[in-house]
Amino acid sequence: MFTATPLNRRSYRNQSLAKAVFFLMTVVLVIPVLLIVGTLVVKGAPAISWEFLFTAPTDNMTAGGIFPALVGTIWLVVVALLASVPVGVAAALYLSEYAPDNLLTRTINLAIINLAGVPSIVHALFGFGAFVLFFRMGQSILAASLTLAVMTLPVVIVATRESLQAVPQAFREACWNMGATRWQTIRKVVLPNSISGILTGVILEVSRTAGETAPIMFTGATAFVAFLPEGVLDQTMAMSYHLYYIATQATNVPEELTFGVALVLIAIVLMMNAVSIGFRVYLRGLKKW
Amino acid sequence: MVEVAGETAVVNGVPGPAYDEPPIIEVRDLSIAYRGKPALSDVTLDIHRHEIFGIIGPANSGKTSFLRALNRMDAFNTAMEVSGSIRINGKNINDWRNEYALRSRIGVVFPLPVGLPLTVYENVAFSPRLRGIRKRAELDEVVERCLTRAALWDEVKDRLDSLGSLLSGGQQQRLTIARALSQEPELLLLDEFSIAVDPVTTMRIEDVLKELRSELTIVLVTNLVQQARRLADRTAFFLMGELVEIGATEDLFEGDVKDKRTTGYIEGRFG
Amino acid sequence: MAWYVDRAARVLVFVGGISAIVFIIGIFVFITKEGLDFVLGPLSLGEFFTSIAWRPTSNNPTYGALALIVGTASVTGFAMLFSVPLSLGAALFIAEFATGKTRETLKILVEMLAAIPSVVWGFVGMSIMNPLIIQIFDVPLGLGVLNAGLILGLMAAPIMTTIAEDALKAVPDTYREAAEALGATRWEVIVKVVIPASRNGLLAAVLLGVGRGFGETMAVLMASGHAINLPTSVFDSVRALTATIASELGDTVTGGAHWGSLFTLGILLFVVTFLINLTADIVVRGIRKK
Repeated sequence: MFTATPLNRRSYRNQSLAKAVFFLMTVVLVIPVLLIVGTLVVKGAPAISWEFLFTAPTDNMTAGGIFPALVGTIWLVVVALLASVPVGVAAALYLSEYAPDNLLTRTINLAIINLAGVPSIVHALFGFGAFVLFFRMGQSILAASLTLAVMTLPVVIVATRESLQAVPQAFREACWNMGATRWQTIRKVVLPNSISGILTGVILEVSRTAGETAPIMFTGATAFVAFLPEGVLDQTMAMSYHLYYIATQATNVPEELTFGVALVLIAIVLMMNAVSIGFRVYLRGLKKW
Repeated sequence: MVEVAGETAVVNGVPGPAYDEPPIIEVRDLSIAYRGKPALSDVTLDIHRHEIFGIIGPANSGKTSFLRALNRMDAFNTAMEVSGSIRINGKNINDWRNEYALRSRIGVVFPLPVGLPLTVYENVAFSPRLRGIRKRAELDEVVERCLTRAALWDEVKDRLDSLGSLLSGGQQQRLTIARALSQEPELLLLDEFSIAVDPVTTMRIEDVLKELRSELTIVLVTNLVQQARRLADRTAFFLMGELVEIGATEDLFEGDVKDKRTTGYIEGRFG
Repeated sequence: MAWYVDRAARVLVFVGGISAIVFIIGIFVFITKEGLDFVLGPLSLGEFFTSIAWRPTSNNPTYGALALIVGTASVTGFAMLFSVPLSLGAALFIAEFATGKTRETLKILVEMLAAIPSVVWGFVGMSIMNPLIIQIFDVPLGLGVLNAGLILGLMAAPIMTTIAEDALKAVPDTYREAAEALGATRWEVIVKVVIPASRNGLLAAVLLGVGRGFGETMAVLMASGHAINLPTSVFDSVRALTATIASELGDTVTGGAHWGSLFTLGILLFVVTFLINLTADIVVRGIRKK
């Protein structure tokens, strides 16, 4: 007959219990984000002012602002993007548009996973050995940015490949049927339809690059320079390294100041992430096919 | 022969539909829409115990949506909006807070067979295990009985431990029938079960369904008009989300219809 | 003309395509090149793996990395102890139970968790967790296995959650429908059908999480206390392999033995993470074959 047996009721209870437990686990995992951001805002906000953002540190880092570090981070990010975006997009184009399913392609995919998985400090060692010493760039923005570029290459490749593969195969075939070469197809059909997805990936890479510390520690970041960098062969301050330095190395730094630096850094990173997420949501709504 | 009114009919020694009892399923003003786009509107009908109830109609006529609503499978599709009421055994199915208990009493066979990623044996033993049957001998017995009834036992008895998803399409379809039977359901919903099955097997399964009628109630959605004629006691004709006709199968096929479109579909003039 | 452009593009794109392989080989070659003199010279494998005396700057330098290995292992292990169940639980909730707005919100929060830079995590460990641990547990120092482990667990959680969720989502919905039509609750479907079908993906998620924790540098450097020590309790300070490189490389003589020893730690890190990632990849490939 159509009635719930005790066994049915027990299954249902287990189901409700499981759902509640998993929900709690999720909450436990994400609550710290809110707590951390909240604490940084509360403790760091008093330090933030125009003066803080636009002046250099003074008195052995115990006072003043973060301007050179902000500018340095911008230099590092821009140079890293200039290096990694063309290579990353080319790699994604190869994987999505040309690559046959063979051993080489599988090896490339494995290399990408590994490049993303290698510890950042090992990237730092590589950057030091390869760019600073072997290619004689010295400790410079160029060496640091190239190290960052190698490290964040997988972000660009994966995001770009995904948006390329989202372009329906029928579009490509229609183009080939009209006698277009592969490259013409890519130029006229594939790239225009995926450019916004690629951009989303690039923004995400900016956020990753801006926050990295270990790869730039020995390749180009420095604790203090009085002047702003004038070219890619200069050393520079950077937000992430500045936070590390004043939190662990410098003495008598007021708490408010360190929290202020942490707040600005996390604000940059989260803002970039928000833009990237917002862009993605917007694109989903825009999708034409 | 089937007597439609009055006493419970007896067909070939098997008790026929219990038309004198209250219906097992009462559907009232059932409408279904997907994101506001209607798929089925204002269906009212009764289905009786020990009846094979046929539903025929062309594609997109709302047959499958009707079946999914009976089993509360609308939970899987957030776009699916169901209104009106469905009562099974006198109880509105939405009053079942525990929809899983409801579903465990209703067997469903989908048009495209889904072998769960388990072995053949475990596919059939899945539901008995949910009911708390643990003893191997008891499970063995259920599995063999259900597979035999679904006309699959002889083909798979030597490879019960291979994955269900590795069977051929037709075999998987019979596996899902065996699985539905293993629930010992009171209500069996079949959605175009013969799509992936060869004609000979279809006939064997049809014979099984006729036998099963003595134990349970069957709602049979079919794309084969003649299958409804062979099996169903009463048949409903759905067209474009509308219940056009409902009546004893014999009558429908002899041209005793209220709406000319029914005869047109049955005789294959459209569809 | 179009043909030549097409050929040229093909070559350029191919070069980009193999760049990842070039870089991975490049990383291995360059760190090996710098570490080789040390490996062939002062390194004694016995001392390296069994001694806790890491004294590269003393007059009579010793290079025992045992404490560093144990440090990394204890912090990563402690992190995984709570992070693996929480991440898999969160992935199950997001993939199987959550719908609509809840699901989107949780996914964005997990992404935020992933976005916080490691130096900020380290700072949180030093300035927020440290006083908290001192206060709650009444211990003299809050920098140690507990602090670094908690932070590392939270840092490794997003990658595990995301990849586990992908693995769960890869199980076709038809299975869920078929099993629920049999009267199984969603929970029974998860236990009996979804988890067995996505087992390899979940395992790969855990492996990648371990890899992430193992290779984390700045947060561990700042939150672990950075003391060479074989920990006996979760409050003890430890020192990790990654953190050792980060803190010492700046003070070494380029090409010297100390310098080489740090690159040797790098080789060890590279090889272990490579093996973890390779295993994860093979495990994932296992599912696709099925």
